[in-house]
Amino acid sequence: MDELTPRDSEYGLEKAAAESAPILDQSAGSFFKQLLGFWVTFAAQFRKVNTVQYPEEKEATAERFHGRHQLNRHPDGLEKCIGCELCAWACPADAIYVEGGDNTPDEQYSPGERYGKVYQINYLRCVFCGLCIEACPTRALTMTNEYELADDSRRKLIFEKEDLLAPLRQGMLMPPHPMYPDSTDTTYYKGEVPGSHPSQEPTTNV
Amino acid sequence: MSTEITSDVEMITVVIDGFDVTVPKGTLVIRAAEKLGIQIPRFCDHPLLSPAGACRQCLVDIEINGRAFPKPQASCTIPVENGMIVKTQLTSEVADKAQKGIMELLLINHPLDCPVCDKGGECPLQNQAMSNGRESTRYEGVKRTYEKPTAISSQVLLDRERCVLCARCTRFSEEIAGDPFITLNERGALQQVGIYEKDPFLSYFSGNTVQICPVGALTGASYRFRSRPFDLVSTPSACEHCASGCAMRTDVRRGKTLRRLAGEDAEVNEEWNCDKGRWAFKYISSKERVASPMVRGADGELHEASWPEALAAAAAGLKGKRAGVLVGGRSTIEDSYAYAKFARVALGTNDIDFRARLHSDEEAAFLASIATRINVSYRDLDKADHVVLIDFEPEDESPIIFLRLYKQVRKRSLTITTIAPLASRGSEKLGATVLSDLSKVSGLTEKSVILVGERAAETMGRFTAVSTLAKSSGAKLAWVPRRAGEVGALIAGAIGNLLPGGRPVGDASARVDIQSAWGVESLPTKAGKATWEILEATTDGRINAVVVGGVDPLDVSAEALGQLLDTETFVLSLEISHSAITAIADVVLPVAAVSEKSGSFINWEGRPRFFEKAIADSLTRSDTRILSALADEMGTPINLPSAKAVAKELQAIGKWDGAAASAPDVSPISLPVPDAAHATLHSWRQLLDLGTLQAGEENLAGTARPAQVVISKSRAEALGVGEGDAVTVSTARGSITAPAHIGAIDDSAVWLPRNSNGSQCIANLGAASGLVVKVAKA
Ligand code: SF4
Ligand code: SF4
Ligand code: SF4
Ligand code: SF4
Ligand code: FES
Repeated sequence: MDELTPRDSEYGLEKAAAESAPILDQSAGSFFKQLLGFWVTFAAQFRKVNTVQYPEEKEATAERFHGRHQLNRHPDGLEKCIGCELCAWACPADAIYVEGGDNTPDEQYSPGERYGKVYQINYLRCVFCGLCIEACPTRALTMTNEYELADDSRRKLIFEKEDLLAPLRQGMLMPPHPMYPDSTDTTYYKGEVPGSHPSQEPTTNV
Repeated sequence: MSTEITSDVEMITVVIDGFDVTVPKGTLVIRAAEKLGIQIPRFCDHPLLSPAGACRQCLVDIEINGRAFPKPQASCTIPVENGMIVKTQLTSEVADKAQKGIMELLLINHPLDCPVCDKGGECPLQNQAMSNGRESTRYEGVKRTYEKPTAISSQVLLDRERCVLCARCTRFSEEIAGDPFITLNERGALQQVGIYEKDPFLSYFSGNTVQICPVGALTGASYRFRSRPFDLVSTPSACEHCASGCAMRTDVRRGKTLRRLAGEDAEVNEEWNCDKGRWAFKYISSKERVASPMVRGADGELHEASWPEALAAAAAGLKGKRAGVLVGGRSTIEDSYAYAKFARVALGTNDIDFRARLHSDEEAAFLASIATRINVSYRDLDKADHVVLIDFEPEDESPIIFLRLYKQVRKRSLTITTIAPLASRGSEKLGATVLSDLSKVSGLTEKSVILVGERAAETMGRFTAVSTLAKSSGAKLAWVPRRAGEVGALIAGAIGNLLPGGRPVGDASARVDIQSAWGVESLPTKAGKATWEILEATTDGRINAVVVGGVDPLDVSAEALGQLLDTETFVLSLEISHSAITAIADVVLPVAAVSEKSGSFINWEGRPRFFEKAIADSLTRSDTRILSALADEMGTPINLPSAKAVAKELQAIGKWDGAAASAPDVSPISLPVPDAAHATLHSWRQLLDLGTLQAGEENLAGTARPAQVVISKSRAEALGVGEGDAVTVSTARGSITAPAHIGAIDDSAVWLPRNSNGSQCIANLGAASGLVVKVAKA
């Protein structure tokens, strides 16, 4: 026999003796035995239904379900991603593309010198293994529970940075804006930045 | 120092980790171990720099004749000795522990920067911390911090927190480049790399410090945060800038060149290159690139066209015309050959010239006389007893020659004489004797080397005198043009008086060689015109079509562009980017830049420098392919579909073995002696200037030496100007004003950079050398 085909016995499934199967037993007395088989089907009608009427009805996933990625922000709105490409390096599917950029005093996107200028995840490639979020040194990349990631073109399934960035919450300002007064990147990483400061507001253009 | 293995050196056998290894006397223990494949961790050790013992990472246990050193020793500073037994981290726990301890100390003040550090992924500190360090840190104190980064120059940034104080950068600057502009300041934990406040770090070789820094302490501004090593596709390549012929590595990410590094070639550039080769590559991705073929329509404007249309228009424009061909100085030998064959076969003329710069007929005769004898090498410089530089500034015009000479000057005080109007910074570093006149050179032997630059063409009789000097003294003679393609173009026959392989046009049997190789009935017999003659001939219709391949008319003369514009001349331009020529051309065909094609340059030694296509999916075509298609369109095929086809043909044709043309015989003319208010103009191109291929790289431009007018002390006194005061140099055509530098220059002379920001001699003054100009206080 082909070495590669599994044998029933390997799975603990000895083949049932064909001659003892009720369906092959043509004697008159076997009729009720055969009816018994339909009982299983009948009884199933009264069991709890597992089917969900998706998409009308949606259910919460498990808490740690690997869904769409998200690029998080510091409490003042600056991006956590520093464009280090460690996620891209970790990815077994080569689904992530990152290009770093230089923060300048006039255009600060993340604390410190470096930010992620281009950030793309190709959801046609991603296998949702989560290695990327483990690699991320700043906890910028995490995964949400969002799983509705189907679309009709390749282009739409390559998510750009804008698609992945977390929304601005209370107290956050849209970067680029300067860092929190008297802070360094370390203060940010230590979680000592409470939220945005009035001095970080972009000066209104006249 | 490098370990040169020669047979007469005493050999020594040592035992390393239980294995015997025999190496020449003087070899360092760390290198003897390498020979066995045993890697000792290191930071400061570099085979081309003198041992420093600065980082202590390479500690090993050493025992000599049974007597052990009490403590582990730095294997990068100790030469092997007879009876030595070395135990590395592989066999000695003491050595292993010592290395781990050093690593721990190094990391105490090392920032956790890897994610934002350009070195991450190719960092010796990362790698060796993994292989020879502890698993986790025991240090809980506060790390030393510095402001980051500080700019050492506009293109080199220093992050002092990351520095491991290995002194590779400072040793390089001092020992290799001779620019001791960065030093280690302070001591102990505060020790750091610094710059002299007053002297900015304007070294032409600063990029090498970035390459050899074993950590991410020195980074290049242009490559900052641009990618990680695993993003890059690296291709060994050759430099397209100068005739030094550096081996390079081109790193491409998604079709875009992001970085170039010096490649290793012990015979040529060792492991170094200059900043131009390293950083001047943005022109490839410039917005000015010609995207598609263009044809000038009836409305007088250029319109995009398809290739078949453009080729048809070009063929129609050239057919039946008296055409000339101007080849740029940075064509590969393959492309130059294609131009040479195209001129002879498709256009039926010898009017082709690769000299897109100041040139002379005497030079053409000189080139014909040496074309088959290009045989001096860097090795000859290493062994020379005396090197004479004639109209040639190695630091500006062929930097690797400068490094080689500087190495010998440091090592054994090599005598260098330079024929130049002034002592440049380069010749000061070389300790060269500056002579104004070739006839004063003496003491040459067979081991001496004469290097003559392309600027010799600007002095009547210079090439004649050089040939005579070489002949009478027996010294080796080499011609070192500035651009990478010129030696190749000479060999390929892209000049009016030579056919491929250095065959004189005037020699019937030479022509027969080529005729049979090309399968043509006949070849033009009349020697061709030089660049300036071709341009002049367009004004009276003796030439009514020109093919221009990558030439900046302002390199030739101030009038060149006008000469092409004012007439009915048909201009076909093969160009990378839009330029003054494409603006007036009738048909423009876009060609591939060096990283988009394969081919080879021939460096000044005559050594081929092959390179492969670095940007694999580029769709641009090489000049060779385009000329071949055009020749087909004209019905006179040259059958050169690829660079490989050219290489094969060139190989088959080979070198001319007949008598070489005789050396030129031109007598010098006496130049007018300027009066006190005037001076004779001298200039050359600085390495970093406004050259076309340096476009778009501001960080590099930031380290170009600023324009200066060099005048003598007595002239400065007469004009009443001091160092740095503005001086105006003017001709009837225009003027240049720049700060004065009072230097060791002849009293009757003045020097300006030829094509730098604020000093473009040909455009501003109408000439670049030999002219009498007015010098006045601004
Ligand atoms: S989840 Fe896995 S496959 Fe998807 S991007 Fe991250 S590392 Fe790549
Ligand atoms: S130099 Fe190396 S170890 Fe230091 S931060 Fe950079 S990558 Fe990390
Ligand atoms: S900057 Fe780099 S090369 Fe220079 S001493 Fe520091 S670690 Fe060494
Ligand atoms: S020395 Fe010349 S060949 Fe070498 S990198 Fe510089 S320009 Fe290129
Ligand atoms: S490598 Fe030996 S001391 Fe640095």
